[in-house]
Parts: sequence; C-alpha cells; structure tokens
Amino acid sequence: MVVPLYHILAFSGLLFTIGVVGVLFRRNAIIVFMSVEIMLNAVNLAFVAFSRYHGNVNGQVFVFFIMTLAAAEVAVGLAIIISLYRNLRTSDISEIRLMKY
Amino acid sequence: MAETLYLITLFPLLGFLINGLVGRWLSEKQSGFIASLAVLGSFLVSAQLLLAFLALPAEERLLTQTLFSWIHVGDLNIQVGYRFDPLSAVMTLVVSGVGLLIHIYSIGYMRGDPGVRRYFSFLNLFTFMMLNLVLADNLVLMFLGWEGVGLCSYLLIGFWFEDEAKARAGMKAFIINRIGDAGFIVAMILLYHQFGTLSISEIAQAAPGAQIGRGFFTAATLLMFLGAMGKSAQIPLHVWLPDAMAGPTPVSALIHAATMVTAGVYLIARNSVLFSLAPATMSTVAAIGIITAFFAATIAITQNDIKKVLAYSTISQLGYMFTAVGVGAFSAGMFHLMTHAFFKGLLFLGVGSVIHGLKGEQDLGKMGGLKERLPTTHWTMLVGVLAIAGIPGLSGFFSKEEILWAAFSRDFSWIWLMGVITAGLTAFYMFRLLFRAFYGKAAWEGAHQPHESPSVMTIPLVLLAFLSILGGYVGIPEALGGINQFHHFLEPVLAVYPGVGATAQYPSQGLELLLMGVSTVVVLGGVYYAYRVYVQQPTLADDLAQRLGFLHRLSFNKYFVDEAYHLLIVRPFQALAEGLWKWFDIKVVDGAVNGSGHAITMISGAIRRVQSGLIQHYASIILLGVIFILIYLYIG
Repeated sequence: MVVPLYHILAFSGLLFTIGVVGVLFRRNAIIVFMSVEIMLNAVNLAFVAFSRYHGNVNGQVFVFFIMTLAAAEVAVGLAIIISLYRNLRTSDISEIRLMKY
Repeated sequence: MAETLYLITLFPLLGFLINGLVGRWLSEKQSGFIASLAVLGSFLVSAQLLLAFLALPAEERLLTQTLFSWIHVGDLNIQVGYRFDPLSAVMTLVVSGVGLLIHIYSIGYMRGDPGVRRYFSFLNLFTFMMLNLVLADNLVLMFLGWEGVGLCSYLLIGFWFEDEAKARAGMKAFIINRIGDAGFIVAMILLYHQFGTLSISEIAQAAPGAQIGRGFFTAATLLMFLGAMGKSAQIPLHVWLPDAMAGPTPVSALIHAATMVTAGVYLIARNSVLFSLAPATMSTVAAIGIITAFFAATIAITQNDIKKVLAYSTISQLGYMFTAVGVGAFSAGMFHLMTHAFFKGLLFLGVGSVIHGLKGEQDLGKMGGLKERLPTTHWTMLVGVLAIAGIPGLSGFFSKEEILWAAFSRDFSWIWLMGVITAGLTAFYMFRLLFRAFYGKAAWEGAHQPHESPSVMTIPLVLLAFLSILGGYVGIPEALGGINQFHHFLEPVLAVYPGVGATAQYPSQGLELLLMGVSTVVVLGGVYYAYRVYVQQPTLADDLAQRLGFLHRLSFNKYFVDEAYHLLIVRPFQALAEGLWKWFDIKVVDGAVNGSGHAITMISGAIRRVQSGLIQHYASIILLGVIFILIYLYIG
C-alpha cells in the first residue's frame, strides 16, 4: 500500500504547526528548542515525501544536510541555554530580555 | 591707440590690490603715493586719448576695445568692452582728474588715521568701478560699475564704523540705492527682451527704427530713471545723501559730489537715444529735476552743519543737471556735471580743510572769523562759492545759464522761473556758509587753535579753484560770442530731442542775453541778502527765523521727509518684522521645528516597544511576515 503524498504533506504541515506554536508560546527554552527540532523534522519529512514522489534523490540528500546541521545546532543551542541558566538561574525565556529597548 | 584703453581701469585696480593686499607693509606715505600714482596713470592715459581725439574729425572720435567675453549663455553674450567716445571721455577726465586731486588731498587729510591703507584701497577701488561705469560698452558692465561705486560709497560712508551712527548712514545709502537699482535691473531685462542685446550702442541703433509702442520706451526709461534717482539722490530718494556726509570729507568730495552721484545724469546722457523716444519720461525727468533743485535749495538755507549745507547744495545742483537732460539739452547737463565736479569738489575740499583746522568741528555756529587763520582755504572757497552761485565769468555761470536757456527755449518757462529762483537761493546759502565760516565773530576761541592745512591739501584746492574759473570757457554760448566747443564736442554721440511739442522755438540771442541778465540780478540779490543778514546785522537771522516760524521749521527739519519715511515705511516695517519674529518665527517656524522633534520622540516612544527583547515576539512577527508573503504570492 502506498501512502499518498497528500497524507504525508498534511502530517508534515501538522508537525510544522505544532513546532511553530511551541516556539511561539512555550516559555521553557528547552521546549522551544525541541519545537524548533520538530519544525526541522517536519520539513525533512516533506523533503523525503517529495523525493519519493518525484523519484529524485536530491530531497533525501538535503535531509542529510539538515540533520547534520540540526546536530550542530543542538550542540551550540544547548550550550547557550546552559550558559544562560548558569548566569540567570532560569530557563524561562520570558524573563531573559537582555535585548530589551 | 585703442589698445591702451584698458590701462585706464587697470591702474586703479592695481592700486586697489596693492593697498588692499600688501598695504599693511606699506608706510602711510607710500600707501597714499601708490594710490595717487594709480589715478595719475589713468588720468594721463585718458588725457592722451582725449588729445588724440581733438586732432581727429568729429565723426572718427570713437575707440572701442573688447577685453574678454564675460557671460556667454545661449544667445546672451556679455563682453567686457570699453567704449571711449566724447561723452565717456569727458566723464573719464573728470573722474580721473578730480579724483587725482582728491587722492593727493587725502594724503594730508587722512594723516595719522589708523585705517589709512584701507581708505586708499577703497578709494582706488571706487575709481576703478567708476571708470568701468563710464567706459562700459554694455549695460551689464555699466551696472557692475554702478553697483561697485555703490559698494565703495557704503564702505567709505561707514569708514569710521566704530561710530554706530556712521555705520547706519552707510547702510541707509546702500538700501535706498537698492530701490533705484531694482528699477535699473528691470529696465535691462525689458531692453534685452525687446532687442536681444544689452550693448548700449546696438540698442541705440535699433531703437529709433523699431516697431515698438511708445509705452515700452516710457516704461524702460522710467525704470532706468528710477535707478538714476537713487544714485543721484533725486526727490524722493534723496534722503541718503545728507547722511552720507558721515564719511571722511574727501570721500564726500569725490563720491558724493563730483563723480558717483552724477552717474545718474551720465546714464541718461549715455542712453539719450532711448530717452528721447519717451517724451513722457523726459518731462518727468525735467520736473523731478527742477523740483529737487528747488526744494533742496530751500533746505540748504537753514542747515547749520557745514557739510549738510553742501550735501543739499549737491542735491540741488544734481536737480539742475536732470532738468537739463529732461528738457533734451544733454550736453548742457554734462557741461554742468563737469563744472559742478570742479567747484563742488573744491568746496568740499575747502570745507574739509576747515574741519581739519578745527579738529573735526562741523557746526557753522562754532566757526566764524577764519579768514585770517586759513587764508588759502578762504580764497579758494570764495572762488568756489562765486562759481556755484553763478557769478558771470566763472564756470558755474556758463553751465547754469545754458540749462536755464535750454529750458526756456523749449517752452518750459515755469522750469526757467524755478531755476532762476533756485539760483538766487543757491547764491544766498553759499554766501551764508562763506560768511558764517570765514567772517564775523570767531566762535571757536578757547576751544581750538585753527591752522591752515599743509600744502599737500592746499595745492589741490588751488588747482581746483583754477578749474572752477576756467572750466566754463570750453562752453561759452553763442550769445556771448563763443562757439560752445563743449556742445559741439559732445554733439555726435547725443540724441537730438525735438521737444514735447513740435512747436519748440529758438528765440533770439537778444532774449538769451536778457534772461542771463535777469538771473544774474537775482543771484546778486541773493548775495546781497546773505551779506545783509549775516555780515551787516547778524541778529537779523534769528529775527527772520522767528518771523517765518513755520517755514523756517519746515526747512530746518528738511520737510520732515526722514520723519515721514520713518513713520510710513521704517516703523511699519519694523512692526511687521517684529510681528513676524514674535509670531511667525517663534510660534510657526520654531513650533514646526520643535514640533517635528516632539513628534519623532513620541512616535519612537511608541514604536520602540516592539523591541521587547522577547525572542518569541520577534518570531511571531517573522511568522506574520511569512504569512503575508504567502497570501500575497497566492493572490498575486
């Protein structure tokens, strides 16, 4: 049974929306961070789906790049969050307003 | 021969540059010497050209030299070019000749003044500008000279600018001249629009045959005359000249008597072709001229400041010149211009010598009895007074009679009558000045030790006295057995003005002699009356002033013209300016500036809240942006 492209794209969109909502509304930096990862993976899923649908491997190559990038991003991002926590004793991003006017 | 023309203006320019740029390293004597030498150079060159002229037949007396192209835009091509013809020859000789004597005199007069180098550089600059004015071949170059002399006049009136009243007098002269100059500029624009050229000679050639209405010529010449009125201090723009006496006295002699103020007369004579095409303007010129001559003379009879008397006398004499050109006797106007330069230059220098001797005293009431103390000054002044009064045999007689005769013979008998009355008044106030300064009881005893001026000052006086006597003999009228060489010398370059009506008649020489006799009697009457009032019965003057109470006050206060201007123009202007300052400037302009500042602060105060520092806010905005872009792409 072949899962139709439409279903996969709908799932990918759903995941992306969950990620967006998580980024915009959650306060814990780590959860925001995880939401970003969900968004990335939603995009990955769409890439893979299109790749299969068109019979073109370029999409899957992109996915590998994105996963590599995401791994690097996690390394840097988590380091920043830990460093913030050490300095401010919080990981609530509504209280981290160093860039305020 | 024409190649040397540029030297006439080059010498004073060099003198100005030397004194202006490196004057501080020159001694006082060197400074005066260089300035005088520069004017001497101009004088010699122009005298040589004039002598060459006299050897030529009348129709060949024209030299032109184009130096360079000054303004070249589209069809407009203004060249710096000089034109030396009999008319500009007379002016050049007067400017450089009288100017030379006044430069030399200034060496003595300005001795010890800290600004003497500045003084001589201004004086040279003035000579340069004045020579440009008279030699100019086109109206724009003439206007350059016209404005240049105005600038020098301003600089020299306010020469002692530490005194605020003197600085203000300079500004007054400058501003009133602007009113006239605006007319000159508009006239130039009109002429260029019509003829497509600003060359004086080309316009003069094109004008008589052009198919243009009378109205155009009337408008253009009236505007030009407005410029002349400002420069030559004719009523109602005369108020600056008496105030201009704040400058050093040799400046009054050179700029405000002999040369610059006569530029208006020269302007009309130079454009005589245009003016003779506009009879309405000509009549206006004549009327304003004679009215100015008369009223200025009535003011001069009551003034106590010795220089003010001469200032009003100058205005009055300029009125005569305008009368002459207004009735169409251009050469008579130029003749009087020349003789006036001699005797009024002499009178001013003489008065300067008196002021010098009395350490700056200018009040006639504090003079008297100076005859023995200042003998040379006295004798030369006497010659000047006789000349301006029009005593037969001196220069003023010939030129004044020629004007009066020109007016009478062209059907302007009322102008003749006012002219004769003015001549009587002139004789009266000039002898009043002479008697009060040099005769009678000395009022300076105890305060001053008057002394005769050094010879560097008295020699120019003596030379000018000779010129004041002999200057008239170049224009002896035919009625007195002469051939009026001056008139015939200028004739080829001046227009022939037929007069308002075609009925202009030229009555007999017998009548001319009779009229001369009448005016001479009136003049002698004026002299006698001055003698009676100021020498025989010195108390009579106050009696008269008392009896003529109102008239005396009117004359003494110069018809309240200054006060009227103050009330009608200066005060409303000041009120307007103050209103604009306090309301428009502070409320509107400052309000707009401060308001825009406040507005920016308020707007930025509102907008900066966007930068909350919360990442999630920023992310939401990015998302919104993305959504908008998507919607746009989808719809588009």
